[in-house]
Amino acid sequence: MKQTLFEKIWNKHIVKTIDDGPSVLYIDKHLIHEVTSPQAFAGIKKRGLKIFRPQQIVATADHNVPTINQHLPIKENLSKIQVDTLIKNCAENDIELYGLGHPYQGIVHVIGPELGITQPGITIVCGDSHTSTHGAFGAIAFGIGTSEVEMVFATQCLLQTKPKQMRINVNGALKKGVLSKDIVLYILSKISASGATGFAVEYAGSTIRNLSMEARMTVCNMSIEMGARCGLIAPDETTFNYVKGKKFAPKGEAWIKALKDWKQLFSDDDAVFDEEININAADIMPMITYGTNPGMGMGIDECIPLENVLNENEKPAFVKALKYMGLQAGNAIMGQKIDYVFIGSCTNSRIEDLRLVANFVKGKQKAKEVEVWIVPGSKQVEQQAIAEGIDKIFEAAGFQLRQPGCSACLGMNEDKIPAGKYCISTSNRNFEGRQGAGARTLLASPLTAAASAIKGYVASPNAT
Amino acid sequence: MENIINQPDIINVKSPFQTWGGYASFFVPLNMENVDTDQIIPARFLKGTTRDGFGKNLFRDWRYDNNDETKPKPSFVLNQLQYSGSILVAGKNFGCGSSREHAAWALVDYGFTIVVSSFFADIFKNNALNNGLLPVVVSETFLQKIFEQKSDTQLIVDLKNQTIKIFQDAEAPSSEEFEETFEISSYKKECLLNGYDDIDYLLSIKNDIEQFEKQFA
Repeated sequence: MKQTLFEKIWNKHIVKTIDDGPSVLYIDKHLIHEVTSPQAFAGIKKRGLKIFRPQQIVATADHNVPTINQHLPIKENLSKIQVDTLIKNCAENDIELYGLGHPYQGIVHVIGPELGITQPGITIVCGDSHTSTHGAFGAIAFGIGTSEVEMVFATQCLLQTKPKQMRINVNGALKKGVLSKDIVLYILSKISASGATGFAVEYAGSTIRNLSMEARMTVCNMSIEMGARCGLIAPDETTFNYVKGKKFAPKGEAWIKALKDWKQLFSDDDAVFDEEININAADIMPMITYGTNPGMGMGIDECIPLENVLNENEKPAFVKALKYMGLQAGNAIMGQKIDYVFIGSCTNSRIEDLRLVANFVKGKQKAKEVEVWIVPGSKQVEQQAIAEGIDKIFEAAGFQLRQPGCSACLGMNEDKIPAGKYCISTSNRNFEGRQGAGARTLLASPLTAAASAIKGYVASPNAT
Repeated sequence: MENIINQPDIINVKSPFQTWGGYASFFVPLNMENVDTDQIIPARFLKGTTRDGFGKNLFRDWRYDNNDETKPKPSFVLNQLQYSGSILVAGKNFGCGSSREHAAWALVDYGFTIVVSSFFADIFKNNALNNGLLPVVVSETFLQKIFEQKSDTQLIVDLKNQTIKIFQDAEAPSSEEFEETFEISSYKKECLLNGYDDIDYLLSIKNDIEQFEKQFA
């Protein structure tokens, strides 16, 4: 039987299938955080149940945590209650917690891979839609709601309907200044924010093969922005080299056995996909979004589309988006004045992202009126940046290196962009109010964000 | 192993869908595509540790000026008195973005029982179903037909027969009826009709799960 990569992993994890209904999918790893878990813990307690497999759960505090003075008690009372509730719930249920102050603390989708919890061939869930990130290792990884968190707590299983299969092939060499973030923003601009709903998306082709592990994570991370259940990339030497030696990676004999299994994880030559999309890497420019969903993106030197190219149903949202953004249809966005730059989030806060930015800004200064926040994805990323002297480069450029967390990606903590202000952001969502009520978000790659930070307006990383 | 889901004492979800002839209600039209869960409930209101009380912040930033509850925006549909009812009708790709179940909790807490759209985001759809909020997927044509209706039109959703009907005032001179069938997995339909949930089912097959773990290890 010919199978896709997704089907190989899926079939291995099916406990049983209900007639004319969903399948019972076994979950290997469950990541949790403070925001979407408290009601699930409460639900388990209310039902008089125990956590079924606590050793398969890892917790961290990321969504709600401050990114300065993390050693002090959290000032905001409700945030503090949520973080304290997580500490209490983990202690009561014997769940490993990498909380504030722990050397492994960080954004849940950054720490999973860097600790080797994320491995090829496994199923991973988390009460967070960007769980799709982990698919970069050739795993089935997807976000779930709190009721589903409770299901996994109770039974280590979920009821799931098998998604359709899509493959997106990207081939050829990337142009100068184009990063994996641009690849995914480009795909989104072509297929829209609902273009992959109901699908598991496999990314393939020479361009994807040539990406580093961290760059692959950026692509898979934004699969959810297309509506996909998950995104995945077949594991290869790049994957194996990344996982090898990580804290929770298999060791010795177990490593040899794992490697043998992982090498079988690819879509068979004649596997059937319900949909297949081909993209030429040479067509991808540094990208930027102009609207209020991640599908509303374009090449940085292009103009915002005119309303008359849209169909009737799309117009109300388009008009509303541009009004919110304070932008005009038909205009260019290059040169648009910006107020904030946010480099961080589970999309782009890993050490490679920080290195790229540091390399670009070395010897340069940010524009005076712009505030620049660099928020590392984890404690380990932060420590590595300091060890490499990247912190000094940022300091000299006027960039603030803050402490790990989700931060201004969703503005749950105090890192909010004020109403009406423009922020060029390496995060994943430009929804209305995402970075703070009234905040205007322009999504871009870390390089484009860095170039814009220096100029004080939207600028291409290739501009001199 | 006995089937837990047939035990009445573990029923967790109230079922309004048992009504004979279908569930009838006026509807609130939100003619906008790609409504994401950050709009349904902004992140700053996710700090609760229970499932209650999210309704007052439903569509918070679309509902109020400057985050001020005393300043409702007259242009937003929830503030327009002619619209009422427990059915929300929204444009394509409703509930996209963040997986926050708080979006479903907020809709339920506000008083919605059914959401109609031509397309729902995956995670939202599951979250809705897990909270007794019925997502009804209709064709784009049918959706536009609903948006054309006046505020005194009702929708009748019959979960048993999987139909949705536009029901205009029968005494109106040019009254017309439109009906469409909708898809839902028979498992989920049973859950909604009988008010049980996935955990009840999963707990009932725990032996299978443990068996699976042994084989897999």
